[in-house]
Amino acid sequence: MAEVQFRFRNDELVEDAMVTVDAFGQQANASAVRIEPGDEPRDLLPHLERLRLVEVNFPAFTDGRGLSAARILREAGYAGELRAVGDVLVDQLAALRRCGFDAFAPEVPLNEDDARAALARWPAAYQPAADGRAPLWALRHGQGA
Amino acid sequence: MYVYDQFDQAMVDARVAEFRDQVRRRLEGHLSEDQFKPLRLMNGLYLQLHAYMLRVAIPYGTLNSAQMRMLGQIAAKYDRGYGHFTTRQNIQYNWIRLEDAGDILADLASVGMHAIQTSGNCIRNTTSDQWAGAAADEVADPRPYAELIRQWSTFHPEFCALPRKFKMAVIAAEADRAAMRLHDIGIRLVKNAAGELGAQFYVGGGMGRTPMIAPPIRDWVPIDQFITYCEACLRVYNRHGRRDNKYKARIKILVHELGAAEYTRQVEEEFAHLLSQGIEPPAAELARIAAQFTDPPFETGLPDSMDLADPAFARWVRVNVSGHKAPGYAVVTVSLKPAGGIPGDASAAQIELLADLARDHGFDELRVTHTQNVVLPHVRKADLYAIWQRLEATGMGSANIDRIGDIIACPGLDYCSLANARSIPVAQAISARMAAREDEIGELKLKISGCINACGHHHAGHIGILGVDRKGVENYQLLLGGSEGADCSLGTITGPGFDEEGIVGAVETATEVYLARREAGERFLDTYRRIGMAPFKEALYG
Amino acid sequence: MKLLTGNDLKSGAVIWWDGTGWSLHVEQAADVGGEGDVIAAREGAARRVVAAYVVEAEGTPQGPRPLHIKERIRAIGPTVRPDLALRPADPALGEWVI
Ligand code: SF4
Repeated sequence: MAEVQFRFRNDELVEDAMVTVDAFGQQANASAVRIEPGDEPRDLLPHLERLRLVEVNFPAFTDGRGLSAARILREAGYAGELRAVGDVLVDQLAALRRCGFDAFAPEVPLNEDDARAALARWPAAYQPAADGRAPLWALRHGQGA
Repeated sequence: MYVYDQFDQAMVDARVAEFRDQVRRRLEGHLSEDQFKPLRLMNGLYLQLHAYMLRVAIPYGTLNSAQMRMLGQIAAKYDRGYGHFTTRQNIQYNWIRLEDAGDILADLASVGMHAIQTSGNCIRNTTSDQWAGAAADEVADPRPYAELIRQWSTFHPEFCALPRKFKMAVIAAEADRAAMRLHDIGIRLVKNAAGELGAQFYVGGGMGRTPMIAPPIRDWVPIDQFITYCEACLRVYNRHGRRDNKYKARIKILVHELGAAEYTRQVEEEFAHLLSQGIEPPAAELARIAAQFTDPPFETGLPDSMDLADPAFARWVRVNVSGHKAPGYAVVTVSLKPAGGIPGDASAAQIELLADLARDHGFDELRVTHTQNVVLPHVRKADLYAIWQRLEATGMGSANIDRIGDIIACPGLDYCSLANARSIPVAQAISARMAAREDEIGELKLKISGCINACGHHHAGHIGILGVDRKGVENYQLLLGGSEGADCSLGTITGPGFDEEGIVGAVETATEVYLARREAGERFLDTYRRIGMAPFKEALYG
Repeated sequence: MKLLTGNDLKSGAVIWWDGTGWSLHVEQAADVGGEGDVIAAREGAARRVVAAYVVEAEGTPQGPRPLHIKERIRAIGPTVRPDLALRPADPALGEWVI
């Protein structure tokens, strides 16, 4: 189990037992779930109020399904921890963050300086996503800062 | 033309810094090649047959003279003095050093250019009609909409690890000059009875080993929702496109396997959800972009007549010059296909001359076509003779647009590490042999790919040629009857393949069947469609 | 015989393993026998080569000649630009490649 290396939340680290998406619906007291690439994130939507941690696994960084899963949960109002695990690399951090991830537990720990540089890289974003960042068109037309 | 504001500039500058850093980490050993490869590809840097190859984006094929000049300077400074214009309206350099890549990107950024998303499994550079803004038959200039797509798709965080590459095209005329239905998403802008603009969506077209013509999935998306609709199309693909087999990972396979109706249903469901998510740029943003694509200050009262006394000039005007919406103006297509030459290649000096012509005679604008030629979209008819003379003097005066010598050819085995056979020598032999008969044959679109990936659009050629590897020897299959236009169709293989000499003869034979059988006014394609494959087969193999 | 080829990581140039290091010239390539993968892994890890792979070749009086046209084109340069070939002045080049 990889350590959480970066976390952008102020609440306490959630250590609850992790269950699969399939099992989550049946286990009424489960509060942490792990999403694999082929899972249907919308199966979780009826249970959002008891969810505290969603871990999204990236077996290979080239498989971007977890990016959609994250945004779908954020779009539905999920506000708990969204943790990226697996093949999480420096150069994916910025995109992961934009899709709503706020914790990272890479299989192989990342170089701290490189990771910080990657997260601070972009002056703006062209499109809205799940990080609340105002897109460029909003900045251009005086909406948002 | 769209000019970067400080926000756009800050984004490309950040990209240059990011890529420099990625190269540094690769060279210092912090990134393995497996980790680095997708990163360099997202920035258009391939490892090709001889060296690194850099593909530079030319958004929707439009550029100004300063940008064109920079492309020439990069060819001279960092490459071996030339570049190759591609069927995706981009330019590629074949001899790039990894160590130089950051400096090249910085030079490009200084004129508002980049190599962002010109490769990799992401949304690629959006293509469009090379006559946009000049064509008389368009319902709107498609480029502001293509620019909106550029901005929306650039560094899109959700769609940076798609199952496979993703190509989009936007057109706004019934005549399709951008092979729109052979894209992952093809958008045609249309007007309804009330005069409002909307977007028709075609999804799941493409060439490659499983060529498909995109089916229409929605007739009308209100123009103020079309980015949201794109997002819905992409999300369904990102989530459900196949990832188990690289050759089945394009969206055309998903649409085909689900069926267009089921794919559409899923998109509509996602679209209904996304409409509430504030994804669509506001009308003010479209207006800001559109204001940069207004007509140049055309002079009025210019004459439409020209002195055509010089027969070579007259021929060039007839073949390479097209009508313009403004009286006294014309659209010039400069052929990068000299007989016996390398299709789409241009030397640094030629590229700079094109920049000069745009500056001196063309309101500073140029376009790159998917047929690997360059367009001066707005020139005064009175200037045509001077332009033609300068083109003639630099080897760009060929009068062969849409003729048999105007061949699309991919780099093939001379440059491409995926190739099975060489494309360029075949194109050279055909254009050299057939040059004298171009007028007699008339419109004939010939397209050559060096492998099944079909970068040379062979499926969509009136005559297509596909290079294959037959037990280590180059072999060429012949296809007939393809078209990339509004009458989109896929070519059919004639039969057993030919060797390099044989394929040139086979093309000649096919044109002879056409000349013998054509009826008045018929192009090669029309005759083929009327008489079918049998007479051609008979002549080729009989 | 078997040759090991790849590209120089920094410049991208096509290179051939000559027994002790990398050469731009295929005629200096060494027969790597069964050692190709081991050398490729070691040299790749040392960041001296990228995308290295083993190719079949025949021995000729002028040195090794790869059996597949693709590697012969890699060795020399694009057949359509003899001016850019590694040995532009060599008239026998065309025949060697094709
Ligand atoms: S069609 Fe094949 S040979 Fe030609 S450029 Fe594409 S991948 Fe290379």
